[in-house]
Amino acid sequence: MDMKRRNLLKIAGMSAIAGVAAPSALNLLMKGNVQASSSAGHSDSPSDAHGEMPAEKPTGVRLGLAIDVKKFAENKGLAEKCVAACHQIHNVPDFGNPKDEIKWLWIEKFENLFPDHSHYKKNEELHQLPFLAVCNHCDDPPCVRACPTKATFKAANGAVIMDFHRCIGCRFCMAACPYGARSFNWRSPREKDANGKLKFIKDLNEKFPTRMRGVVEKCNFCAERLAENLPPKCVEIAASAQAMYFGDMNDPHSEISKVLKTKFTIQRKPALGTLPSVFYII
Amino acid sequence: MIEKALKGNQGYWTWMIFLLSIIGVGALCYVQQFNYGLGYTGMSRDVSWGIYISQFTFLVGVAAGGVMLVLPYYVHNYKAFGRITILGEFMAIAAIAMCLMFIMADLGQPTRALNVLLHPTPNSMLFWDMIVLNGYLFLNVLVGWVVLNSEAKEVPPPKWLKPFIYLSIPWAISIHTVTAMLYCGLGGRHFWLSAIIAPRFLASAFAAGPSLLLLIALILKRVSKFDVGETATQKLITIISYAALLNFFFVGLEFFVGYYSNIPGHKHTLQYLFFGLEHDGHMYNNLVKFMWISVIMGFASLALFFTPQTRKNEKTIMIACLLMFFSLWIDKGLGFVLGGFVPSPLDYVTEYYPSFGEIAITMGVWASGFLILTILYKVAISVKLAKES
Amino acid sequence: MYDGGKIIVGLIIFAGLMTFPIWYNHGDAGAIPNVEKPKDVKECVKDTQYMRTTHMVLLNEWRDNVLREGNREKLKVGNKTYDRSLMNGCMVCHTSKEKFCDQCHLYASVKPYCWDCHFLPKETL
Repeated sequence: MDMKRRNLLKIAGMSAIAGVAAPSALNLLMKGNVQASSSAGHSDSPSDAHGEMPAEKPTGVRLGLAIDVKKFAENKGLAEKCVAACHQIHNVPDFGNPKDEIKWLWIEKFENLFPDHSHYKKNEELHQLPFLAVCNHCDDPPCVRACPTKATFKAANGAVIMDFHRCIGCRFCMAACPYGARSFNWRSPREKDANGKLKFIKDLNEKFPTRMRGVVEKCNFCAERLAENLPPKCVEIAASAQAMYFGDMNDPHSEISKVLKTKFTIQRKPALGTLPSVFYII
Repeated sequence: MIEKALKGNQGYWTWMIFLLSIIGVGALCYVQQFNYGLGYTGMSRDVSWGIYISQFTFLVGVAAGGVMLVLPYYVHNYKAFGRITILGEFMAIAAIAMCLMFIMADLGQPTRALNVLLHPTPNSMLFWDMIVLNGYLFLNVLVGWVVLNSEAKEVPPPKWLKPFIYLSIPWAISIHTVTAMLYCGLGGRHFWLSAIIAPRFLASAFAAGPSLLLLIALILKRVSKFDVGETATQKLITIISYAALLNFFFVGLEFFVGYYSNIPGHKHTLQYLFFGLEHDGHMYNNLVKFMWISVIMGFASLALFFTPQTRKNEKTIMIACLLMFFSLWIDKGLGFVLGGFVPSPLDYVTEYYPSFGEIAITMGVWASGFLILTILYKVAISVKLAKES
Repeated sequence: MYDGGKIIVGLIIFAGLMTFPIWYNHGDAGAIPNVEKPKDVKECVKDTQYMRTTHMVLLNEWRDNVLREGNREKLKVGNKTYDRSLMNGCMVCHTSKEKFCDQCHLYASVKPYCWDCHFLPKETL
């Protein structure tokens, strides 16, 4: 009996004991629908904090993103352009206050993105650099573990995706995410003003839906663009300055694999074992 | 039996109308929140859970506290708890009902709540919490009601009930353990990432639950002919005192780990809760006074419980129960959940203030809980008094 | 029977309330909705009867296909291809939500939340 099936049976058995969940456990068995509970198994990741290499051989695709921070510093305004473009094509609303704020991609200082790095006698230049913050699309995402409905799950290409139709708005994923990558729709993003114009989405992209109030959202690695063989929007914009690299990290010949092999990169909070797929070249 | 809740004196009805009016205001505010979204509350991107979830966490403890009566009575055959065990079970019912209401109030899409059953996800602690909470509600309704029915008919409870009673004991432990696991398994939140959360939750639960129960029992003695009995009162005081001592001991251990190791992440929240956290030249300390009030109340209560004169005097016992209950309410129903969000994963500090409507909804849920509790207690006491007279 | 009179009166009131919608509308279910079908397209992805009764199931399947399984393979009907999409699939032919969706949904008093997030074709926002 292979591991997956055994896990599945274990899960089903435990649920059946619990009684309440017996019918749903059966449902789960029939559908074999456990994407969220099993690791997708693309762990070709850099070593974790203890220098251990993952035992499993990488399989399938695992998308990764490398951000060359100095290139963003050299090209003033490029980071802002990436943020604006991302938020425009995904209809990310701007409520104009930090309480309701929703963001998929945004700019942070080094000390906020890497709070556990020492800042004593800080390198002045490093602390001026515009760091892009975004969902890390972790290989072992805590948000996916926490979600009680599989509304957030790991796609086959390694991206961590939200299914807005299913989200119940419990915000467990927001508590679980160690990177603050998730935003909640505290109010309707589609509120209109007296003239019937959307108040919070100025430049609407009618090819992409908005969200409704009461669901969590975050960067989706531009799943809708990948489907058309286009790179994520931020990567496309940063391409001119060669400031971002994107691709399959499990393919040794991909551009990102080569970049990661040759350049020094850091990841956010590697000690937590989430295995982020976003790398920063400093 | 339920018809016994429909007969009461003027005080009873005044109390019920008082509760109903608070429920009414809460319900109106909930309609507003339902229509606007959770932005109606004071929660934000950084502090994404507020008093709804913190009340829920505290009340799971109150519900689990009932086991401190069930266990001695049914397992150790401790007869002195015979009169009040049913009160513990009924308090658990009211507390779980409040928990479920608080969860519903906290959902961004409450109409989709059943997705948790439709798409069961055993790796999510919330899924297990749903199972243990509903299971515990079922067990207490079943046991409480059947036992009371037998009592009304003056026959011993049926034999088939025994397994359910015994099952309810570990189940009570499980509800608070799983609730602790909602928090203590989250790698990114240092304050919650502590193996002692579950035992600490249980210790505070075994003090908070019985405190409320004893307080209510002593009030009942004044407004009805129902008397808990001196032995049971003293035993409850002992239980409350030692459970509370354990809780404070556990909190002390958290301080030791944070401050002796001197690891910033382990200290930040404690610093924020008890002393104020300075960040970017600004002092954040909106919970400091509450936490110290909690500490003072807790120790004052312990002092009253350990002093021979005051632990014999009903008035001081009531004061001590009240102090203990509020101390633990602040500790768990305020500080624990809200503190965990400071600082944010991106090292910002956002302070949380509940909105007016949010407080009204919270009070509405509490009032609903007390309404359920009053009805259940009215029935239970009527049955007991009828039997005795 | 104790209080027999009261019970019977209570039952009658209950039955009356429960059947209120029927006698309020004089047993008339209202005019059958008449949906406007696209004029230049003859064939849908499934037959009419299936679509009439089960389109919501199909939409849910598509949603899971596209979003959860990453299967965005287009559907072929005759010589036309369609996206597995409400916005970018169905609504390409069925251009009017009012004349197509709402007719039946209003009649059946169903309120799907599709349009809370998705856009109508050329919707003015």
